[in-house]
Amino acid sequence: MSVKLTEEMLKALPDSRGHFGDYGGRFVSETLMDSLMVLEREYYKLRDDADFQAAFDKDLAEYVGRPSPLYFAERLTRETGGAQIWLKREDLNHTGAHKVNNTIGQALLASFLGKKRVIAETGAGQHGVATATVCARLGLECHVFMGAEDIQRQSLNVYRMKLLGAEVHSVTSGTRTLKDAMNEAMRDWVTNVDDTFYIIGTAAGPHPYPVLVRDFQSVIGRETRRQSMVQAGKLPDALVACVGGGSNAIGMFHPFLADESVALYGVEAGGLGLEGGQHAAPLSAGRPGVLHGNRTYLMEDENGQIASTHSVSAGLDYPGVGPEHSWLKDIGRAQYVSVTDDEALGGFRQLTRVEGIMPALESAHAVAYGVKLAATMDKDKMIVINVSGRGDKDIHTIAEIDGIGL
Amino acid sequence: MSRIESRLKQLKGQGRKALIPYITAGDPHPDHTVELMHTLVAAGADIIELGVPFSDPMADGPVIALACERALAHNTSLRMVLEMVRQFRAQDNDTPVVLMGYLNPMEAMGYQTFVTAAKDAGVDGVLTVDLPPEEALDIAPIFAESGLDPIFLLAPTTTEDRIRSISEHASGYIYYVSVKGVTGSSSINVDDVGAKVNSIRALTSVPVGVGFGIRDAATAAAVGRVSDGVIVGSVLVDTIANNQENIEALKAALTNLLRPMREALDEVAS
Repeated sequence: MSVKLTEEMLKALPDSRGHFGDYGGRFVSETLMDSLMVLEREYYKLRDDADFQAAFDKDLAEYVGRPSPLYFAERLTRETGGAQIWLKREDLNHTGAHKVNNTIGQALLASFLGKKRVIAETGAGQHGVATATVCARLGLECHVFMGAEDIQRQSLNVYRMKLLGAEVHSVTSGTRTLKDAMNEAMRDWVTNVDDTFYIIGTAAGPHPYPVLVRDFQSVIGRETRRQSMVQAGKLPDALVACVGGGSNAIGMFHPFLADESVALYGVEAGGLGLEGGQHAAPLSAGRPGVLHGNRTYLMEDENGQIASTHSVSAGLDYPGVGPEHSWLKDIGRAQYVSVTDDEALGGFRQLTRVEGIMPALESAHAVAYGVKLAATMDKDKMIVINVSGRGDKDIHTIAEIDGIGL
Repeated sequence: MSRIESRLKQLKGQGRKALIPYITAGDPHPDHTVELMHTLVAAGADIIELGVPFSDPMADGPVIALACERALAHNTSLRMVLEMVRQFRAQDNDTPVVLMGYLNPMEAMGYQTFVTAAKDAGVDGVLTVDLPPEEALDIAPIFAESGLDPIFLLAPTTTEDRIRSISEHASGYIYYVSVKGVTGSSSINVDDVGAKVNSIRALTSVPVGVGFGIRDAATAAAVGRVSDGVIVGSVLVDTIANNQENIEALKAALTNLLRPMREALDEVAS
């Protein structure tokens, strides 16, 4: 029962209160409401401002190194024996992931708004590194909140952030992971709201953040569209992207939403399997609720307490998801599936072995599902898998699983 | 007239200021919450704010966040909190009780189910930290029908336009958050608070209680002078944290904290 979306319908969303259908919105304490409304107003002005857009495009080209290539994975295609598999290489961006597209955009916004102090939350550390990077370049004070458990498993990124001049705050409340880092960043923001810009890393949070992040990440989908036409002479038949909060996926999907012929697959972290509850797949196995300023699918217990999550990949280890994905799920425009930790590790190894590309464990979820999907499709079909980040940061995790001490 | 409204009217008639203590339900243990509520009333509370624990209390500082963790360690659910209010009502039919918490536990229960059960248990008002009036459009009619007072927050950052529109939705009292920050923030500027409360009062007749940063008799009196009442939270919850093992010592400590605030507020009375 997929709904045919038109450009006109898409322009009308989110509505004036930041709602995508039943999802999204602005569920925050009163102290933050004014800042969010100012941010919305200023962003909607700058979105149509030629100078702002030119500055953003210039940074993406000259600092990030865009456009990122669309690469035909010939050997992987042959080994799979189905649809042509193409890879969108966000792993080749400066700092090694798609996250920098958004931090460039939001840091520019911070500069336009005259804010000198930046805060961010991070899970795997990729968004923290991307934020620390743009702050170093623009001379902004940078504070990154990170769960104590994530600090343990992503020590390389913690050190990178420190080298870049950011202060990393260890968060020891709750489950000591991404959701708690976001709570702590919100607490800092409410305290320092006058001089601080909060750069949220995923397409979630209170309105207008899901719009900001989606707009800045949509460069992924726009390039993919153009490159597909030039390199393959047609639009892809399917797009596959991993979904934690869902920023790389919404950036990939959004420019294709009105293209009915393009199937969209968001791949969640199935962890140890959906049955046992040890996963991070709210769209596949959760229900709607309110967390971190928006209504969206969540993992929660019967009393509305947020459940703890599990994934081998720290970047997907989050109990919520961006509200636009919740809407796309309900209207049937995108399909949300999951792969387990083991399947994702298989995807990591296969892409590394066959194509010489080491994906981040987050992106490896998309690779694993994409290969399964391609195998079911005809050879004249084409899919694009978003390789949202590179796997260097995960080498210690992989080695540990292999029983090797580095 | 709701229990909150009549209590505040009565106080106003006596020229007195409301003392509104907050504790988190289920902290340090669900078995003690009703007893502690009676202790607060005996020490001079006019209204009780009872916190509903939530796993992700993003507007709270470490003191109340830890109280939520202690309460959740005993699986304190919204249903259990309603049962506590029912037990409290068996002995106290006069003191208004306001539930304070986050939206998701209510959403999980279902709004109609929650409102019916809350009214039935003897709850008088509900303050949902992460529910600004813009997002309450669907829920407000359910509240209005039940007679539960929706208590809304105003902050130093709230513009005059918003004060006006929020006041239209508010009943019972308005909770003015005195500082930019989370619960437990310490620095309160009484002159700024007084000025803002005056500007709120110019726009609405709903009584204004002030919370955040009130920790002793002196701050209670200073803030009481410029408002209709004071809300005291983190300093009480901190006392609970420090006396978890001995309930009698805890009750004495809470009384010793609250009673001087009551006396100081009554000296302010006009």
